[in-house]
Amino acid sequence: MIPPLIKLNSISKYFNGNKVLSSVDLTINQGQIITLIGPNGAGKTTLVKIVLGLIHADEGVISRSPDLRIGYMPQKLHIDPTMPITLERFLNLTEKNKKLCADVLDEVGVIQLLSCPLSSLSGGEMQRALLARAILHKPNFLVLDEPVQGVDVVGQEALYKLISELHGRLNCAVLMVSHDLHLVMSSTNEVICLNQHVCCHGHPDQVSRNPAFIEIFGTKTTAYTTYTHHHDHQHSLHGEVKKSKVSEKYVPGRSHD
Amino acid sequence: MCLGAAMIDVLLYAFLAGIGVAIITGPLGAFIVWRRMAYFGDTLAHSSLLGVALGLLLAVNPTISVIVTCLIFALVLVVLQQQKNLASDTLLGILSHTSLAVGLIAIALMPDIRVDLLSLLFGDLLTVNASDVITIYVVSAIAMFLLVKLWNPLLAITIDEELAQVEGIRFKTVRIAFMLIIALEIAVAMKVVGVLLITALLIIPAATARIFSKTPEQMAFLASLVGCLAVILGLASSWYIDTPAGPSIVLSAGLLFLISLFKKNK
Repeated sequence: MIPPLIKLNSISKYFNGNKVLSSVDLTINQGQIITLIGPNGAGKTTLVKIVLGLIHADEGVISRSPDLRIGYMPQKLHIDPTMPITLERFLNLTEKNKKLCADVLDEVGVIQLLSCPLSSLSGGEMQRALLARAILHKPNFLVLDEPVQGVDVVGQEALYKLISELHGRLNCAVLMVSHDLHLVMSSTNEVICLNQHVCCHGHPDQVSRNPAFIEIFGTKTTAYTTYTHHHDHQHSLHGEVKKSKVSEKYVPGRSHD
Repeated sequence: MCLGAAMIDVLLYAFLAGIGVAIITGPLGAFIVWRRMAYFGDTLAHSSLLGVALGLLLAVNPTISVIVTCLIFALVLVVLQQQKNLASDTLLGILSHTSLAVGLIAIALMPDIRVDLLSLLFGDLLTVNASDVITIYVVSAIAMFLLVKLWNPLLAITIDEELAQVEGIRFKTVRIAFMLIIALEIAVAMKVVGVLLITALLIIPAATARIFSKTPEQMAFLASLVGCLAVILGLASSWYIDTPAGPSIVLSAGLLFLISLFKKNK
């Protein structure tokens, strides 16, 4: 059997004496798509940073496969508006080969923006640019932190489709952080519901019926999350928007543990 | 005739020194602007007065003592900024003015040594001699070499620290090297515009260049050009209408920035 790309064993993390992660186990195997969901303050970003090696866990063991190649897509860039930089130069920062950069931009569908200033890109275009940089070095593990943030609903669907295509083409594992349940769950192998500890995990259909999941996200959302067929985009997308607002409002008062 | 030749020497040294500093403040200033470190630079510049005092006290070459003092301050600042009790700008304000005060007192208390405080604070380009010019070019060359070497990693961490780290850039090393470049730069810029005006020479040319640039490299290059132009204009004004050289250079840079604003409106 192929060893996992990365394996986290009962990881805990404290900030100023507060436990933000408590005995979290996470195994990511080759080619798997895992989605991390959870309310605000659940420790999703902290967990992602531990996986990336940006911060160290206070307790627990992490083992990484020796041929792990991570491609990372941050939530957003904190780029100062005074820095003039084109999309091409943005990719050039890590890859000198301009042909390769152009190919990757073509792959994510923003090749026409090659010489545009980064600051002029729309939300969706920016996410594609970030995705291009993440896949530049053919990673076998893609880490995407809220990849559809700041993108309109139609664009979200297209972006998830692109991620799923890239997953097939690169044959890489994907770890994705998301608030957005419906779209994510339809294309994911495993969902991990995090609220400082792992509340529940498993196949999307299983998780959405799990009492721990319902306690956090409410029963209203489950009707949408198990809704997995896609023949009418407009309507399902509409419903999904309403749903995500409900779940976000629902979350803060419900944090437990 | 003899006097005339001496005057030409003074002007030539001042010109060479000013240009030597302006070339490196361009790209470095661009990073200061992009990384929003203007106040940070100011704090280090103020601490350099303490460096001069220490150099005099220990009989060390003041250029070296300034570089070392700035570097120590930079590292202390980085460590202090990790704590969350005080906002970063409050912390910088405290350190900046305290170090300036300590430097002023230390120099005032120095026995047997007469120091022209005004020239330390606002620069005295017209007293620069040949050995000063050599120092400026050696130190600037080292700073430029480091900056060119670190250009891409520095840009990467300026755009996104975490992304750069995931891509394998040694963030801490790059950041410390960047502090060293700032310290080197402050040590030489002190002679040209003085402790209080160094930040102006860093950020004004860079901010002026912004409007005309499409890439980071263009902005860095144009900032150097604007800096050189400011040096020439400032020196000319100092020469012909006898204004203080350092402030004249900064004022020239400020005027160039003002002119650049009109470009944007069109």
